[in-house]
Amino acid sequence: MRKVVAIILASAFFAVLLVSFSNIQQADYGEKEYYYQNPINGSYANESVPSHYISNTKNETGAVNAVTAIVVEYRGFDTLGEVTVLFTAATGVSFLLYKTRGGKKRTEANLILKEGSKLVLPFILLTGAYIFIHGHLTPGGGFPGGAVIASGFLLMMLSYPKFFMKERAVSVTESMAGITFAFIGLLGLVFASSFLQNFLPLGDAGYILSAGIIPIIYIAIGFKVGSELSSIADKLKEVQK
Amino acid sequence: MMWPEYITVAALISIGLYGVMAKKNLMKIFIALSLMETGVNLLLITIGYIPGGTAPIENGNFAKYVDPLPQALVLTAIVIGLSVTALALTLLIWYHSKTGTLEYRRGMRW
Repeated sequence: MRKVVAIILASAFFAVLLVSFSNIQQADYGEKEYYYQNPINGSYANESVPSHYISNTKNETGAVNAVTAIVVEYRGFDTLGEVTVLFTAATGVSFLLYKTRGGKKRTEANLILKEGSKLVLPFILLTGAYIFIHGHLTPGGGFPGGAVIASGFLLMMLSYPKFFMKERAVSVTESMAGITFAFIGLLGLVFASSFLQNFLPLGDAGYILSAGIIPIIYIAIGFKVGSELSSIADKLKEVQK
Repeated sequence: MMWPEYITVAALISIGLYGVMAKKNLMKIFIALSLMETGVNLLLITIGYIPGGTAPIENGNFAKYVDPLPQALVLTAIVIGLSVTALALTLLIWYHSKTGTLEYRRGMRW
C-alpha cells in the first residue's frame, strides 16, 4: 500500500517537473538581457548578471576563471559561510564518534595495494596541490583540490589498518587555514573598503602570481577542505560494530 | 530545448522522492536524498548551459561562454552535500548503536 502510494505520488511529481521544465526558455537564459533598476539614480542598466561576470571578470579581479572569481571574490562571504558549514559538519562527526577509536581488528591489505598506494600517494597530493594553486587559471580550485588530497589519505587508510591521521596536525592545519581566510578578509576591511575586498595588485591575468588575494584564499580553502575531509574519513574508519 | 537532460533531472528527483517515501531503511533514505541532490545540481548546471558555449575561462579564442554563476553555486552545493551526508551517516551509526537496527519506526524512543 505504502509503495503504491509512493509510486503514484512520485510519477505525479515527475509529470509536474516535466511540465514545468518545458516552460524554461533554454536557449536564451544566459544571453537574455535582464534589466535591473539602479536604486540610486533610477536608470535601467542594460546588462545581465552572467554577461557582467563574463565580460568584466578579467579586468575587475585579474582571474581568468570566472567561476573562481565568483566563488572567492564576488561571493566570498558566501564561501566563508560554506567553509563554516563544512567545519560544523566535521566537528559534529568528531563529537559523535569521539570514543570509538581502536575498534575491531581488520585484515591486512595485500602487498600490491600497500606498495602501490605508498607509491601513488605523493602524486595524489601533488595533483591536489596543483589543482588548488592553479584555481584562478584552470578548472578546479580549493574544494576539488582538497577532496583529491583527502582521497589520497583515504587510500592510505584503506591499505594500512593502522594508519591514523595525526589529530594535532590536522586541527592545526585546519585552524590556520580558517584563520588565514578570515584574516585576509579583515585586511581587506583595513586596506580597501569592505570585507574580503582585494587589496593586492592584480598582476598580469593568466599567470600564477596574479588576481591578488584569490590564490591565497583558495590555497587556504584547499588546506581546510583537505584536512576536514580526511579527519571525517579518519573518524568514520574506526567505528565499532 | 534539451529534453534528455531535463528528463534525467525529473527522473532523478522523482526516484529520490519515491525512495524517501517508500523505504524504511534509513541508509536507503539517505541514498535517495543524495539522488535528489544530484538531480537538483544537474538542473542548475543544465539551466546555465548555453548551446555552443565553452567553460567560462577566458583565453580569447572563444566567443561564447556558459553561465558561470550556477557552476559556482553547484560547486558549493556538492561540498555541502558531502559533509551533510557524512554527518547523517554518523548519526545513523549512533542510532544503530542505540537501537540495534537501521529501520525507522514511528514512536521509537532512543
